[in-house]
Amino acid sequence: MPLVFAIFMPIVVALVIPFLFKKISSIHTGWFVLIVPVILVCFYATYIPSIMGGTTHMDVLPWIPSLGISFVSYIDGLSLLFSLLITGIGALVVLYSIFYLDKKKEKLGNFYVYLLIFMSAMLGVVQSDNLISLYFFWELTSISSFLLIGYWYTRDRSRFGALKSMMITVFGGLMMLGGFLILGIIGDTFSIRELIAQAPTLAGRDLFVLALVLVLLGAFTKSAQFPFYIWLPDAMEAPTPVSAYLHSATMVKAGLYLVARFTPIFAFSEVWVWLVTGVGILTLFWGSFFAIKQTDLKAILAFSTVSQLGLIMSLLGIGSVAYHVTGDLVTTFTFATFAAIFHLINHATFKGSLFMIAGIVDHETGTRDIRKLGGLMSLMPISFTIALIGSLSMAGVPPFNGFLSKEMFLDAVLNLQHFDLSAMESWGILFPIVAWIASVFTFVYSLYFVLHTFRGKHKPEQLPKAAHEAPIGMLISPGILATLVVVIFFVPNFVGRTFIKPAVAAIQPLAYQVPADVGFTIKAWHGFHSTALYMTLGIFLVGFILFKTIPKWSPVYEKLPSKFTLNNMYEGLTRLTEGGANRFSSIYMTGSIRSYFVYMFTAIIVLLGGTMWLKDAFTISLDNLAPIRFFEILISIILIVSTVTILVTKSRLTAIIALGAVGYTVALFYILFKAPDLALTQLVIETVSVALFLGAFYHLPKMNTHEKGIEDRGFRLGNFLIALGVGVMVTLIAISSHSQKLIPSISQYYKDTVYTEAGGKNIVNVILVDYRGFDTLFEISVLTIASLGIIGMITLRLAKKKGDRKVENK
Amino acid sequence: MEILMSILIGFLFMAAVYLILSRSLLRIIIGTGLLSHGTHLLLITMGGLNGKAAPVLTDGVTDYVDPIPQALILTAIVISFGVTAFSLVLAYRTYKELGTDNMELMKGTEDND
Repeated sequence: MPLVFAIFMPIVVALVIPFLFKKISSIHTGWFVLIVPVILVCFYATYIPSIMGGTTHMDVLPWIPSLGISFVSYIDGLSLLFSLLITGIGALVVLYSIFYLDKKKEKLGNFYVYLLIFMSAMLGVVQSDNLISLYFFWELTSISSFLLIGYWYTRDRSRFGALKSMMITVFGGLMMLGGFLILGIIGDTFSIRELIAQAPTLAGRDLFVLALVLVLLGAFTKSAQFPFYIWLPDAMEAPTPVSAYLHSATMVKAGLYLVARFTPIFAFSEVWVWLVTGVGILTLFWGSFFAIKQTDLKAILAFSTVSQLGLIMSLLGIGSVAYHVTGDLVTTFTFATFAAIFHLINHATFKGSLFMIAGIVDHETGTRDIRKLGGLMSLMPISFTIALIGSLSMAGVPPFNGFLSKEMFLDAVLNLQHFDLSAMESWGILFPIVAWIASVFTFVYSLYFVLHTFRGKHKPEQLPKAAHEAPIGMLISPGILATLVVVIFFVPNFVGRTFIKPAVAAIQPLAYQVPADVGFTIKAWHGFHSTALYMTLGIFLVGFILFKTIPKWSPVYEKLPSKFTLNNMYEGLTRLTEGGANRFSSIYMTGSIRSYFVYMFTAIIVLLGGTMWLKDAFTISLDNLAPIRFFEILISIILIVSTVTILVTKSRLTAIIALGAVGYTVALFYILFKAPDLALTQLVIETVSVALFLGAFYHLPKMNTHEKGIEDRGFRLGNFLIALGVGVMVTLIAISSHSQKLIPSISQYYKDTVYTEAGGKNIVNVILVDYRGFDTLFEISVLTIASLGIIGMITLRLAKKKGDRKVENK
Repeated sequence: MEILMSILIGFLFMAAVYLILSRSLLRIIIGTGLLSHGTHLLLITMGGLNGKAAPVLTDGVTDYVDPIPQALILTAIVISFGVTAFSLVLAYRTYKELGTDNMELMKGTEDND
């Protein structure tokens, strides 16, 4: 089976899921779905030996070859690790969902279709070697995640959470596309491997840092880093299998994947090191601090996820320091990358199991509110055991895998002070301190999560359901994950050899070409000289004290100003943009035709005047002017007088008659300018027009025939200024275009050939019907259409009124 | 003469724009009428006004007025007449239907939609 088609397999299966759901209703649809991730995980597992040996696999499906866009499935250590996580945890989640979702009450067809689309999209993200197809799959994860969060679409909170996550992740996705396009342009390729190959030369190019920041925005929004984490707690409205799968193990790690994948390209920049490490540490602290405030089990886990993602992110940042140092330090800092991948695996195991336990508690007691829960230990012993394992691993307690990666994390943060670039040496001491405080809070919320749910006093009267142990099928998946948590602690180096080293070799290809070169072993015991050990002991001690005294210091959360929380700022921003756009358009879209005319005329004045002024275009030439004759001055005066009459008259009738006067004056001008045909036409048409105007005047309804004045308010200065501006512009343009005639007229040809070629003497008429007859044809069409339109307007709806007379006028 | 005509045309444009910006529908249509007059005069002015004879072949005459602008204006006159007639009947229908010719009252909103 070619690699590319493996990516699309879930989507193809998704096509038949609705039929299976409709036709075979006796079997839970999830059982059919389960086959897909199981096949895929086995398929990807077959690549483990060759990847361990340092080889990579690639498969290409051309999509738009002319633009260099294709689906490239590229398997190296990093993408194989993610693919196994996606399919492996996918299988467990589908299994869990079979018992979690009721086959009669739920729309399982929708659920599994969305889930399978998501699975394809994630596989596509982690295996794509082409930037454009990576973006394609990236947005597909956003969309399928949106659909899954809004799965219970009749609930307001679900729709709100879905929309919020969509807005934030799509914002990041679009930024990322911008970064990709810049990369594609400066590197002249969309292939990530080719970009990595030329990475050292890319770093100095223009826009490189912009591309870096844009790509990081994509990674930060997807991975719920500060300040974009706010969508993740709201995404907890999704069904619990979705939260476990998307929002702990896979989708939120797409951002981490992106950072890891682009490290060999961007790590040459100090901006990258600072941003990734700094934002990661900040997110780690922020998430762990606010997790304790939450009262909802899934919200605690959501903040915990945010915090742990921040931890991995900062480790990736520290790992990229390896590009800026030499000698032994390279190995020291690459160890941080190793730790990042290790913690990524650990987090997927323990967080997946914890989400599933939260779902079980919800399922069996009817609530996730930690204030109502308590004393479930004896009622749900298996769930308690699994939750305890997961929580202690999250807290970093031996003998669970979280302990190992937490130690490695503390080591890595301590190593930052060896990095003497851009003031990292002096400020570097802040990182271990913040990391240590965050770890204390992690310890506190981990204990809080498990002990407040399962120990203490049982309050059956507050629970919607009588609590009891979950069915065994629901416990299989978290059980497997919890087992992994323990197993990884005891055989970390097996995991390290099999999965982590190939991944590190992929993240640091310039230092390590093959996994065999990556020489790390994980030790559970570092000896007494290790600083991290004492830090861990301090975490346990301080964490335990804080946990015991939560009621004493938790009011500190009430003191924080609620106005400045990021959620309120997000909502404020939403309101501001919606309300602002609304207000803005209601300001300029008045509905009054006059306003729009004002905009248009002002634009004419500003654009034409501005252009003339900027280009210094006004010229006046007195050559070649016709002489001014007495009649012309006389007619001009008549024209001006009648126009002024139109403007100032108090009566419509006067205005119409004055318009007629203007028309006849124009006809006189035509006579003076030696245009007999024009004069004839103008005279006839002006007569008919005046008759039409009078007709319209005659039919005015009584109520509005206010003869006292045409314009109710009389003279308007604003209108006058605009009108004056337009008039002046027209005059200026007319004078200056007449003053610079660049090309002679083509009319000499007509004058010469009108009789010899066309057999006529009236040049104008010959032009109209012979040289340029097409114009006349369509001018006839215009008249026809106008008259038909007039007939239609009058007869079709007002046949009984005096429509016929109008048509006669025409 | 051309400069005088340019100023005159500018004046016509100014009057037309002032009328178009007013409230009464009839005044707006009068404004468009003035606007087309101004445009036609502009066309003929830009063609040059110093020809000696009308563009009809006559023995012994060589200096004719440029015929092309005249042909263009003739087309334009007819078309603008068609449009004016149409808009007048439209205005007439508007009076009948809405009972007003005040553009400010004709904001297409709740009543008409």
